[in-house]
Amino acid sequence: MKPKGWKDLPPGSVVLEGGSAAKFKTGSWRAFRPIWKDENCIQCLFCWIYCPDMAVKVKDGKRGDFDYDYCKGCGICALECPGKKGQKAIVMTEEGK
Amino acid sequence: MATTLTLKELSKKEDRFTHGHRMCSGCGAPIVVKIALMATDYPVVISNATGCLEVSSCISEFTAWNVPWIHTAFENAAATLSGVETMYRSLKKQGKMDREVKFIAFGGDGGTYDIGFQSLSGAMERGHDMIYICYDNGAYMNTGIQRSSATPLGADTTTCPAGSVIPGKLRSRKNLTKIMAAHNIPYVAQASPSHWQDFAKKVQKAHEIKGPKFINVIAPCNRGWRSKTNDAILLSRLAVNTCYWPLYEIENGTTKITVTPKQKLPIVDFLKPQGRFKHLFSPENEGLLTQVQDEIDREWEKLLKEAKTD
Amino acid sequence: MAKVVAVTGNEACANALRQVNPDVCGIYPITPQTDMMQRFASYIADGKVDTESILVESEHSSMSACIGAAAAGGRVVTATSSQGLALMWEMLHIASGDRLPIIMPVVNRALSAPLNIHGDHSDAMGARDTGWIQLWSENGQEAYDNTIQAFRIGEHMEIRLPVMVCLDGFIISHSIERMEYLEDQEVRDFVGPFKNFLPLLDLDKPKSYGPLILTDLYHEYKRAQHEVMTKVKDVVLDVAKDFEKLSGRKYGIFETYRLEDADIAIVILNSAAGTTKDVIDEFRDKGIKAGLLKPRLFRPFPFEEVAEALKHVKAVCVMDRADSFGGYGPLFMEVASALYPLERKPLLLNKVYGLGGRDYLPSHAAQVLTELHDISRSGKVNVLKEYIGVRE
Repeated sequence: MKPKGWKDLPPGSVVLEGGSAAKFKTGSWRAFRPIWKDENCIQCLFCWIYCPDMAVKVKDGKRGDFDYDYCKGCGICALECPGKKGQKAIVMTEEGK
Repeated sequence: MATTLTLKELSKKEDRFTHGHRMCSGCGAPIVVKIALMATDYPVVISNATGCLEVSSCISEFTAWNVPWIHTAFENAAATLSGVETMYRSLKKQGKMDREVKFIAFGGDGGTYDIGFQSLSGAMERGHDMIYICYDNGAYMNTGIQRSSATPLGADTTTCPAGSVIPGKLRSRKNLTKIMAAHNIPYVAQASPSHWQDFAKKVQKAHEIKGPKFINVIAPCNRGWRSKTNDAILLSRLAVNTCYWPLYEIENGTTKITVTPKQKLPIVDFLKPQGRFKHLFSPENEGLLTQVQDEIDREWEKLLKEAKTD
Repeated sequence: MAKVVAVTGNEACANALRQVNPDVCGIYPITPQTDMMQRFASYIADGKVDTESILVESEHSSMSACIGAAAAGGRVVTATSSQGLALMWEMLHIASGDRLPIIMPVVNRALSAPLNIHGDHSDAMGARDTGWIQLWSENGQEAYDNTIQAFRIGEHMEIRLPVMVCLDGFIISHSIERMEYLEDQEVRDFVGPFKNFLPLLDLDKPKSYGPLILTDLYHEYKRAQHEVMTKVKDVVLDVAKDFEKLSGRKYGIFETYRLEDADIAIVILNSAAGTTKDVIDEFRDKGIKAGLLKPRLFRPFPFEEVAEALKHVKAVCVMDRADSFGGYGPLFMEVASALYPLERKPLLLNKVYGLGGRDYLPSHAAQVLTELHDISRSGKVNVLKEYIGVRE
């Protein structure tokens, strides 16, 4: 994308499109990757509420996979995940391994 | 317009604060913001003090805010929002606006306890219909962990470093929540992202009360607290369970503790996982550590009494 | 039908604001402005305006609230002086950077230290780089007229910038003079309804005001801001033309007095211009061709027009009621810059006068004109920058 010149700018540096940050992918920041294990998931949605990056997809109240475009790999979800019978539904793995 | 505060229902709502923001990995502040914004279905307008949240959520053409948002400077999120809210009232009075709109200001502890204190106090005294939410991470994190008046006793920051002579911050935190209560505004509360439902309820309640409201929310910062990226919720929960950060509200002068820890944990449980308190565990700082615990106990007892006598 | 009244400058500005009937007003006291906003507050209390006031706890918050209100989408005013304007400094840049047409009478007063409540131009001159349009006013009538015109200028869709209307503290703010008021309806029709531009309260199109912009675009934004300033002059003149039709009073970007054939001239702002004009008449009676230029639009500064108006003059004294310590007076710097491109330039002098409300007397004007007359004949300037009316 060609960088904007001064004549192309909205007056007053107002950002006109709400939620446009979604175009900015933060997934590349990730050093650790959360893996979701559906079989251990009790659908508590704690991972969803506690995710600082809105990177847990939930549809119709049901948890889906991670949105790796945005997940920064902090691991809060994995730590907070209660799992099932002592088995976590989210585990962190090192990226690129 | 009550929103059902179950995760299943909340998850069906559109994000008012979107992904693609550039807060650090594992930051507590965006969790605070998302809970605050999903707690209501009213249209909201946000004012944001300069700070981590502001610089990371709206950069060039990328804004994570899917609601009207304004940032002007560091010390004036409340004053700025008081202007927005006043224009809203003016337009409403003139019949140029009919929708019911709610107003929320977000500021960090630097922008709230310190430099923005006057602006906040003024806006609350004037009675603007708004909620001011402070996300308190206990230091100027955006500029690199400098001491604020919210920095806890004994903490190591870059401007009150734990040195060979001075063991970190020698002063206690300012109790801003109580100071705001002393403004005799209709609603003041303390909340934690770990207790998301308690926090969301407080926001919801605050929206239904006309006038100025203040909610102080603990927001772990793993960079400044020298902790792990995954422990924002763990640490904010420990803050509650050690009574470092009691969850309570003061509604029209009546104090109510909204979450009482099942078992009050020793403060070391909260301090230990944080590198900023590491030096407190050296033998020579034992006295300071005791002082930290004593202070928490004293404040907790005081709060229990206030909640009872009310 | 114009109404002839005897009122103070503060009263006149307050009345102009009442006639415009803005949506929101930030109010905070500071001498010598206090009385203006106090009057406006009573208009609110008596239901004479629809304005919602914000009774802030400081001028910093006043400007912050005005910015919030203007961004929300509506007509916003406030007023200040001196330390108040200084306290606003940070926010002044944000008001202009966000392109918000806030209108603010500034009752000019000295800056501390030492503390002084009287008139000089240190406050507004200190704010000259904040991106605000500045209109200066010789008397209460001009302050009133400028206040009304400021709305049309600042809110013009091509401009959208905040405007300061400067008037001298006490000398104008508190002196009663004869002036003419327009009818309320005339003012309302002249100013017109507020036109919204990117209002924050447009809930269906959520906008973000005040992003972080680093090396990628900041420079471009400032270039765009510069561009807007280049358009202001024509708008000021267009608005003045309309205002003349309404009021019969003619305004330009500056006023000249007996300047067309002058050999020597004084450039001076605001109330001191009146005194100077009288003394110029005396010199003219003596056969000395003296003239005056009184800037009205100081920001943006009309460089080319000022140069054109002064190019034939042999010696010019620019008189500053403010000092830029270690530099020349702020007005001098602009005039000198304006004249620089001329091949044949007038000789220049800079006099600093009247700080902290020190009287500017006809004898001071006479002293300067005499010196200019000598210079015009000798071609020699002895001291370029000098304080006058000061005890040794």
